[in-house]
Amino acid sequence: MIPDLGKYAVEVLAAYGVSIALLLGLIGASVWRSRKVRARLATVEAAREAGR
Amino acid sequence: MIALLKRDLKLAVRAGGGFGLGLAFFLIVIVLVPFGVGPDAAVLTRIAPGMLWVAALLAALLSLDRIFALDFEDGSLPLLATSPLPLEGVTLIKGVAHWVTTGLPLTLAAPVLGFLLNLEPGAYVWLFASLALGTPALSMIGAFGAALTVGVKRGGLLMSLLVLPLYVPTLIFGAEAVRRGADGLDASVPMLMVAGITLGCFALLPFAAAAALRVNLR
Amino acid sequence: MSIWEYANPKKFIATTTPLVPWLMWTSVAILCVGLTWGFFFTPDDARQGSTVKIFYLHVPSAMMAINAWIMMLIASLIWLVRRHHVSALAAKAAAPIGIVMTVMALFTGAIWGQPMWGTWWAWDPRLTSFLILFLFYLGYVALWAAIEDSDTAADLTSVLCIVGSVFAVLSRYAVNFWNQGLHQPASLSLDKEENVADVFWYPALVCIAGFVLLFVALVLMRTATEIRLRRMRALEMRMRG
Repeated sequence: MIPDLGKYAVEVLAAYGVSIALLLGLIGASVWRSRKVRARLATVEAAREAGR
Repeated sequence: MIALLKRDLKLAVRAGGGFGLGLAFFLIVIVLVPFGVGPDAAVLTRIAPGMLWVAALLAALLSLDRIFALDFEDGSLPLLATSPLPLEGVTLIKGVAHWVTTGLPLTLAAPVLGFLLNLEPGAYVWLFASLALGTPALSMIGAFGAALTVGVKRGGLLMSLLVLPLYVPTLIFGAEAVRRGADGLDASVPMLMVAGITLGCFALLPFAAAAALRVNLR
Repeated sequence: MSIWEYANPKKFIATTTPLVPWLMWTSVAILCVGLTWGFFFTPDDARQGSTVKIFYLHVPSAMMAINAWIMMLIASLIWLVRRHHVSALAAKAAAPIGIVMTVMALFTGAIWGQPMWGTWWAWDPRLTSFLILFLFYLGYVALWAAIEDSDTAADLTSVLCIVGSVFAVLSRYAVNFWNQGLHQPASLSLDKEENVADVFWYPALVCIAGFVLLFVALVLMRTATEIRLRRMRALEMRMRG
């Protein structure tokens, strides 16, 4: 399945691995923070509605 | 404007104003270099131009947070902002005052410290000239950095992080001029670039610094 | 109907929230196609062997590192001129993405440089400029983090971004003057004759499109997060006060 990378296999695989990990990390962190803030905003707004 | 300049200079020279500290720092860094890289005269000669410039730059950085912080703390900065003098003029004068109290002494001391690093004889005049032309830019960029971070408590470290990348072009051209002088090449191109950076900084950065100060005084 | 309508935070959130998942999945799909194509179905370069496959990560990330800064500059200018909060928050949201792109470009470059030039790092103009760009990003993010009041922080970081852009361009030329490098010239000039061969070129284009879309999706999502955070703080202040 993996094509023959010759003598540079380590370099190419490391570059792909780290880059994809960085991208996934960035996406994951953004999504996670977005969800967290959304949930917190919802609770704050609910509390405000209840307090009125 | 002149009165403000005189006041700033007087404050800097007075005890606790930090005058001379930058100079002492410059001396210490230059003394430390041979301890770090070894006493080989040929090696020192090669790295002398760059080391002198880097050390001068760090010494100038050291006293930057004083530019606005003291006036901000004792409340004289809002007074200056409401005075008839435009804030752009104030920041310009602050930059000039910083240069007179740190950049100028550093420039005068640099040739003496050049002996310690075994600087090429032909490079002294270039070292002196490039520092004389380049340190005003360092002061003005520093005044901008100080204006940005004046509202931040213990902002000294943050200011270094903001200011040091801005120092890159000045450092490159300044040190390059000395290096070319040391190699006996024509150093006029980097010298002109340093002069251009300094003039550009003095023309534009007072506006940016004043804008930052206005935000911080809001 | 003008584009400034989207400067209203509510309208911005209402418009972008349904859009973001679509954009995100599309960009991920395009990236998967582009990277798979590049990784599995392109020949090795005669001279560089299989390391040429790093191209599909290195070039798009380097492009996005610069483009993110340009986007921040434009957003900062809009904030200073028109005072739209969305604009300032978009600049804030883009900075960490720019940092990740810069790190990625530097990392893939280093790992590519090792077999090709025999060194991880050289003080080559392009590499050095990217390191300086990285420092600018760090300073920008640090200034945002240091100031509590968000309008003050937005103003100050905008000024820093504009001044920083001038100095970044200046550094680029200074660094060029200072050292001639190992790096090949831009592989993306419009003059396509000089560029890489088509076999490498098409998958690279797909990857670039994927990176651009991903950047847009992430910026929209992160901006919405910042808007919500801002609103939450305002509500909390009001409830306390």
